[in-house]
Amino acid sequence: MAELKLREPLIFELSRPGRRAPSQIPPPHDAAARASAQIPPHLRRSRPPALPEVSELQVVRHFTRLSQMNFSIDSHFYPLGSCTMKYNPKACNSYAMLPEFLARHPLAPEPQGFLACMYELQEMLKEITGMQGVSLTPMAGAQGEFAGVAMIRAYHQGRGDGARTEIIVPQAAHGTNPATAAMCGCSVKEVACDKNGDIDLEALRAAAGPATAGIMLTNPSTLGVFEHRIMEVARIVHDAGGLLYYDGANLNAILGKVRPGDMGFDVIHMNLHKTFSTPHGGGGPGSGAVGVGPRLLPFLPIPLAGRQDGRHRWLGEADLPQSIGRLSGFMGNAGVNLRAYIYMRMLGREGMVRVAQFATLNANYLMSRLIQAGYEAAYPQRRASHEFIVTLRQESRTYQVTAMDVAKRLLDHGFHAPTTYFPLLVPECLLIEPTETETKEELDHFCDAMIAIRREMEQDPEKLRTAPHTMPVRRLDDVRAAKQLDLAFKPAGMNA
Amino acid sequence: MSDAKIPGDLKYSKSHEWIRSLPNGRVEVGITDHAQAALGDLVFVEVPQLDRKLAAGEACAVVESVKAASDVYSPVSGRVVARNEDLAQKPELLNSDPYGAGWMMRIELDPKAGAGALLEPAEYAQFLQESGE
Amino acid sequence: MPYIPHTPEDIERMLAVIGAPSIDALFDEIPAALKAGPLEGVPAALCEMEVARLMSERAAADGRLLNFIGAGAYEHHIPAPVWAIATRGEFYSAYTPYQAEASQGTLQLIYEFQSMICALTGMEVANASLYDGASALAEACLMAVRANRGADARRILLPRNVNPTYRKVAQAITHHQGLEFETVDFERRSGRMCLEALQARGGEGCAALIVQQPNFFGTVEEVDALTDWAHAQRLLLIAVVNPTSLACLKAPGEWGGDPDKRGADIVCGEGQPLGVPLASGGPYFGFMATRMQHVRQMPGRIVGRTLDAQGRPGFALTLQAREQHIRRSKATSNICTNQGLMVTAATIYMSLLGAAGLAGVAGACAQRTAELVRALSRIDGVREAFESPRFHEAVLSLDRPAGPVLAALAERGIAGGLDLAPSHPELGHAILVCATETKTDADVEAYARALGALLGAA
Repeated sequence: MAELKLREPLIFELSRPGRRAPSQIPPPHDAAARASAQIPPHLRRSRPPALPEVSELQVVRHFTRLSQMNFSIDSHFYPLGSCTMKYNPKACNSYAMLPEFLARHPLAPEPQGFLACMYELQEMLKEITGMQGVSLTPMAGAQGEFAGVAMIRAYHQGRGDGARTEIIVPQAAHGTNPATAAMCGCSVKEVACDKNGDIDLEALRAAAGPATAGIMLTNPSTLGVFEHRIMEVARIVHDAGGLLYYDGANLNAILGKVRPGDMGFDVIHMNLHKTFSTPHGGGGPGSGAVGVGPRLLPFLPIPLAGRQDGRHRWLGEADLPQSIGRLSGFMGNAGVNLRAYIYMRMLGREGMVRVAQFATLNANYLMSRLIQAGYEAAYPQRRASHEFIVTLRQESRTYQVTAMDVAKRLLDHGFHAPTTYFPLLVPECLLIEPTETETKEELDHFCDAMIAIRREMEQDPEKLRTAPHTMPVRRLDDVRAAKQLDLAFKPAGMNA
Repeated sequence: MSDAKIPGDLKYSKSHEWIRSLPNGRVEVGITDHAQAALGDLVFVEVPQLDRKLAAGEACAVVESVKAASDVYSPVSGRVVARNEDLAQKPELLNSDPYGAGWMMRIELDPKAGAGALLEPAEYAQFLQESGE
Repeated sequence: MPYIPHTPEDIERMLAVIGAPSIDALFDEIPAALKAGPLEGVPAALCEMEVARLMSERAAADGRLLNFIGAGAYEHHIPAPVWAIATRGEFYSAYTPYQAEASQGTLQLIYEFQSMICALTGMEVANASLYDGASALAEACLMAVRANRGADARRILLPRNVNPTYRKVAQAITHHQGLEFETVDFERRSGRMCLEALQARGGEGCAALIVQQPNFFGTVEEVDALTDWAHAQRLLLIAVVNPTSLACLKAPGEWGGDPDKRGADIVCGEGQPLGVPLASGGPYFGFMATRMQHVRQMPGRIVGRTLDAQGRPGFALTLQAREQHIRRSKATSNICTNQGLMVTAATIYMSLLGAAGLAGVAGACAQRTAELVRALSRIDGVREAFESPRFHEAVLSLDRPAGPVLAALAERGIAGGLDLAPSHPELGHAILVCATETKTDADVEAYARALGALLGAA
């Protein structure tokens, strides 16, 4: 069990007036004063900003200690469903941070080495997904989603069919879907899932019609099962005149096994920070690359990496006059895309297929062992995809413990908790995704912890309800955090 | 939530507001016990400004808990004549006393507007049961 | 098999527990017709050594140019500790801090970041970052429409001397929500916003005025007068600022002459100058700050300090329900991430430099740019376009089209600046140049010599 560092003051509390890291201040030493003199007094800053005044060692020590208060993939098994917490190879970081790549200004003449990587990345993503065109510019899954729905809207509007403003989503869909629909001037129509976790085809037939812009789906679904009548779903929506959007959050389950383009999807967004192992970085940066079929090619967000006569260049407004436009100041999260490229070159075509195989093997093994230990899977009669759901609804009634309690107790056992309370359809659920990079022993250790927790439910449930016990802090007061807002350090005697 | 409190002397809306008749053509409005329980501990409440004119069904207030944020819809048409100033500092009043100290606003009814679709207590209880809540 | 640890024994034992004959059998729910063939378009795997070689060759193909381009991304020295610490596995491979008790490192860091952004901008609350400066401006516009309850106004006044790509991005992102961007011209002589034009127009139908400081041309705007005008017209003032410049320029929280109505309402900008490398355009990060009265309209994640069950201080994501509510309002956002790793780097950078260091960097940039402008203006055919105070960028007018000149400079290893003809044809032949603290006297001389030779030779 990994031990976490306990407490660290705020960097502001370590500050002392006049303390500096002098080697970080460039010459000449009167530059600040001279520059200020060039600015009219009423436009000058009146007092220096209240930034920390600390030595370089203090900075290094402080942030090193803070890092020691975190769980991370490098230090802990992290089975967060829908997040694909697989190993982030160090090689991806090292080679993406070669000095020539880091030093390149985005508006400098087109870098042939970097652009070759981007072009090849686009081509590989097309091949893997069965799509005709790829744009690397969306900076996160949510931006990729926005691009996808915006392209669908542009397609219909381009054909004079602007009345198509309804987006169909399954009930178990991720929360960003309605927000994305609204951003594109669309409304959402929910369709129920049946008891096997598949979309209800009758309900879908009733919902699809002349107002349908498209459907947003993920396959395997957010319930962790493969929608095996996907071709029928595609036919229903296409016949009604709508398009199919694929949410690529679960691509890890089918990489190399099935291609969204073959399933009938017209547009897909991928989460390079999930499937292609770019770093999660404590919340970002991600990359939400989008792929499209022939209908949506003209609308891809710019810029794209292009190749002509052996030379690489950016394709922009002149090349794609019908593009939905630019979503970022430059070309998206370039360095993230570069890491994804390096990862894909190391997997190669054989490695791609094995990702899905072993992600699925690990998920099914873990599901079987947990069922054998007495836990209830939400869909026990189905194969797990790369993730599966355990529901604690029985346990919550019998022992008055919740999924949150189990999650917090897992932290004490040295495991990051699985995703809790998503999808919303399943009560008291844990969404568990081991990924392919974990050993059987790690999975067995996790099961041991879950078995111990189960015993604790019967013998000492209060221990669970008050977990975690061994973290730097005990369970935090969310209500207080939202009511008594303390969102920034305020130095004594200063406003804001 | 079959044990949500539904006082017999109030009327209700399908969006979980309650309405209490006051003298002089006024009503008092708040959110029901079912609503406060579903939201959880409230952390923020915003009620409309005095004199604001409201149409029945118009979103006029916001309630926010750690879990969810919701619009509150005016069940009647009229003009806001009073707002509960205590809720800014004590949003938890909506949880502890939704029908009393947790009142949100008082509205002077617009005589020209027709009566909205308000539910009797029994109808609201049935509505809750049917929506499986 | 890269990164997959299973031995044949492991596989056998696991399949036995599952009760399946093979791994393929685990995919038996997938219709045979859908099973993909071999991925021929994907090359065979490379081992790490081979990838290292490949990437080394690609990097060499890019080479290094002597960089004098700014225009939204700035070359600064990044202190060695910044990325040494940011790439520690505990920061690099951690996820969004949803399990707060297991993420106090990340959460405390973000709280410190939010505090530093407040200190720099003079505002009361900041979020945990957005994707980049351009999309942050788009979010600021949506927020202004939400927050400006006065009118159902969806028009935003957007000056022509705001970064032109930011305009494109704002339009692409807000396109379907009825926001309109109305252009405001700048004064040809000064490169600054034209207050008279604004006064003539009035604030009718508008929700906000955007002011970039320094503006896209590097010029310093009269922000007090602009802020006062906006507030008098009941518009919100959206400030787009360069964080380095805030070491010596007035903080947006103090803009305005009227002490009662002081300050920008929403501040946003590109955070890349704070310890993030140029790296061909990303990942960067956007920052956003506002007043407490608008905090519930601000998009993005926010970290708050609270107490745990034993009364000890700790940090957690807060105001998360607000994100759903923003989605249902009249101007919707779907953002649910932040640029965590870049925020980590920026927080370490700001801690190392402090106010004195940042002022030193800012001062050195201003000085180098001044020297660059002097050196280049001595060349026949080159002159300064605007006579106004500037920060660390300047517009130079040339006597011939800039495109071929910049291309020729690039062949000599110099990225001389940005050609302004595509975005601002009204300026004639013009380039935007920038010299940061990283440029030495020798660098400036090299540029001047090369440009002098090019312009003299033709």
